[in-house]
Amino acid sequence: MRGVLPVGSMHEVSMGVDKMFLLDVVNVTKVFGYGFLGRARFRAVDNVSLHQEDEPKILTIAGESGCGKTTLARTILGFMEPNEGEVKYKGRNIHRLRSKEKLWFRKEVQAIFQDPFETFNPMRKVDAYLYEAAKNLLGLKSVDEATKCVEESLEFMGLSLKEVEGKHPSEFSGGQLQRMSIARALLVRPRLIVADEPVSMIDASMRMNIINTFKDMKRKLEVSFIYITHDLATAYYVSDEIGIMYRGSLVEEGPAQEVLMERHHPYTKALVSSLPEPGKREEWLKKTKASGLEIKEFLSPGCKYANLCLKAFEKCTKQKPPMFPVRKANVACWLYESQ
Amino acid sequence: MLIALLLLGFVISVFTPTDTRTWFAVPKDLPPSFEHPLGTSTMGRDVFWELCASIKNSITLALMTALIASHIGLLLGLVAGIRGGIVDRMLMFITDTFIIIPGLPLLMVVVTVLKQWITIPLLGALISIVSWPWPARQVRAMVLSLRERAFVYTAMLSGMGTLKVLLREIMPFLLGWHLINFTNTILFAIGMETGLAILGLSVLGENTLGVMIYWALNQFYALFRGILWWIASPIATLTLIFVSFYLTSVGLSEHFHPRLK
Amino acid sequence: MLESPQEFVDAVSDVSVDLYRDEVFGIAGESGCGKTTLVRVLYGHIKPPLVLKQGSVELCTEDERPIAITSLSLRKRQRMVWWKRISYIPQASMNVLNPTMRIRDHFAEMLKVYSGMSKERAYPRAYEYAETMGLPSDALKAFPHQLSGGMRQRTVIAMAVLLEPDLVLADEPSSALDVITQRTALTFLKDVQTKLGNTLVLVTHDMNIHSVLTDKVAIMYAGKIIEIGKTSDVFQKPLHPYTRALIESLPRLGDKSQRTGLGGQPPDLRRPPEGCRFHPRCSHAWAACSSDEPSLLEKEDERRVACWLHA
Repeated sequence: MRGVLPVGSMHEVSMGVDKMFLLDVVNVTKVFGYGFLGRARFRAVDNVSLHQEDEPKILTIAGESGCGKTTLARTILGFMEPNEGEVKYKGRNIHRLRSKEKLWFRKEVQAIFQDPFETFNPMRKVDAYLYEAAKNLLGLKSVDEATKCVEESLEFMGLSLKEVEGKHPSEFSGGQLQRMSIARALLVRPRLIVADEPVSMIDASMRMNIINTFKDMKRKLEVSFIYITHDLATAYYVSDEIGIMYRGSLVEEGPAQEVLMERHHPYTKALVSSLPEPGKREEWLKKTKASGLEIKEFLSPGCKYANLCLKAFEKCTKQKPPMFPVRKANVACWLYESQ
Repeated sequence: MLIALLLLGFVISVFTPTDTRTWFAVPKDLPPSFEHPLGTSTMGRDVFWELCASIKNSITLALMTALIASHIGLLLGLVAGIRGGIVDRMLMFITDTFIIIPGLPLLMVVVTVLKQWITIPLLGALISIVSWPWPARQVRAMVLSLRERAFVYTAMLSGMGTLKVLLREIMPFLLGWHLINFTNTILFAIGMETGLAILGLSVLGENTLGVMIYWALNQFYALFRGILWWIASPIATLTLIFVSFYLTSVGLSEHFHPRLK
Repeated sequence: MLESPQEFVDAVSDVSVDLYRDEVFGIAGESGCGKTTLVRVLYGHIKPPLVLKQGSVELCTEDERPIAITSLSLRKRQRMVWWKRISYIPQASMNVLNPTMRIRDHFAEMLKVYSGMSKERAYPRAYEYAETMGLPSDALKAFPHQLSGGMRQRTVIAMAVLLEPDLVLADEPSSALDVITQRTALTFLKDVQTKLGNTLVLVTHDMNIHSVLTDKVAIMYAGKIIEIGKTSDVFQKPLHPYTRALIESLPRLGDKSQRTGLGGQPPDLRRPPEGCRFHPRCSHAWAACSSDEPSLLEKEDERRVACWLHA
């Protein structure tokens, strides 16, 4: 029986069988202090729940800067501990792993970062990390085995060991470095890759090659992705599912087609309509409401988008809406309460 | 210009110990002698040779301090920065305590208590007590900011353990600073020792620059009596040493941080 | 031209552009194409290591003789041209604002220095101006770091047009902003241009922004302009293979058809390829492309292309 689901949750209990998810983020909240003596607190990630199933799928977490997507990514990767809630990988709480298991987790879940030049230490050779991964996570002892592994990985990304060997990051372009970063992640044959804005610093004309590679990796190597971005167009192109975040809360999620084309949540609607596109000139030049002070929005007791929402009414400012199912998606908005 | 002065400073100090070593072969009594380059002191010593010995001792002492202090500082800063949490807070608490306690008075007390056993190396070690906290804080600050950089995460994702990350990723950035800090600590130590000496709290049996000043100034009133060569030479040398080490330090920092010109 | 100790690199080569009144002119291209350098030259901000080897920039208005910007001394540029006749909004706009001055002081300062206004008159004028610009009065009392990124950007835009310059040069004015904030800032910029009827040069790598904001657009690659024309025409029928790649490689919402990007890398400007600079990456290249460099030729009404396919 489908009714109102718990706040922020994305769980679907289908016919009494509880599937084990590949990744299960359960009511995760991450709080940061700020201000004098760090006393004031705000929730960078506010009660977010989502999951990734055990089939190779690309899940996008989209939102503008400050929405908490990077903090969420760090928490999923284990670099940060949530203040509330937990992150489970294959049923195990990733923040309660023993050291041997931690290595296992590292092999299963990898990451790609936004700035290819920061991803590698300017003082070290780039291939060093690839060999480290081969040695530490795959346990390859012999140099030959490791080299073979590194070579394979690089070739999948369209690079050869020869052109990469022994060089420092400054000798490559952003696009090349990013490919090497992906090769590094790929080397250990992970099940899940968290990609944080992987192409936003790459030239537009070269972005699609990398995005297409993600699709290849999903298809051929059965790798799932959590693709974090603010670029809705590439999100639409590449993802199976998408979650929209605003100021720390998940406001809408579901299949990419449904969420981005139907746009149930007012914020999703505003986001999509703000995308400049050829042919949309007149529409785009119309005036919109600008964002106010950000911290206030984080701390509001009701829906965080209420201040800017064109359809807000009183309840919106007083109470946080739970997730309501709307067609194939789930939307956290009081507008859909009655359905 | 810089390099010339640097060379000058270093060349002198390099040459001098060699000279003093030959002097050291002779029993260290107070032989009355005449016709010496910088005159003689009322204590019957050749000022020039004394000066040479002093430079050697002062620098030895300072090196001692720098070796101990800068490395302890580095170690503690690294540990505090990388571990964070309770370890960090405890270490910083201790560090801050030492920062607050004024150095000279503390040393005065310690040296007075240990007067019998004081030797040059020991004094060097004692001075390091007050010179390790500040570098520790500095290193910790640098580690904290380096820790957040993406490549540290990359290293962790490649399975590198915390220690390895420290050594291979973070240390290279710190080495330049460490060298500069080392140089500065030498200066600091010399200054400290001189200060202690003038108060009569140094190793009075040996020759250091500070001790020379002590004897000349306090005990034998060289200034008043016009035996300027005795007092002027250690002071001039001190100044030269300071300048040359400082310039070295500046040169090093320009080398490691060319952007900050 | 960018100069390094050993060699010269032509950051911008052989570029001739005419800008007209009441027009939004876009300059598109990716990293290293020279668009930022071009804009700096237009502004007259030419300091080492940037050296002007050849050419000039002239500002012409009906009622006076043309001003050759590039031949003026730095002083004259500062006092006569900058902010008053030509305004430049640089890429890292936040750096234009002085962190120790309140916003209203920024405006007042400009009015004092360039219009000779006294302090008493400058403040009320600043408030008045802010109101016409749609900036909230609280923003005026604030310091730059207290404002959000979008608000700061609008402030900088307002400052740039305070003295009603003939030409506004905006270099990636919205690249650091979110999608929604970007829309606010850019529509603000366009409104201002419409109101003043002056010329706006918008430099951005984002082709979508060009499609909604600019009247004409020039595409740059490896220091040269390779296509130029009316924006709507260029988007409808891109002629140069690079332009086509820029426009067609990016996905659109609602369209899942396969997109491919360009291969290879932009050339090293120290050793640009022989012939057409784009030919190593071009899928339509043929013999002539690797030996002779095509020049910008007029193809149709107001459209120029530098490509052997369209010569």
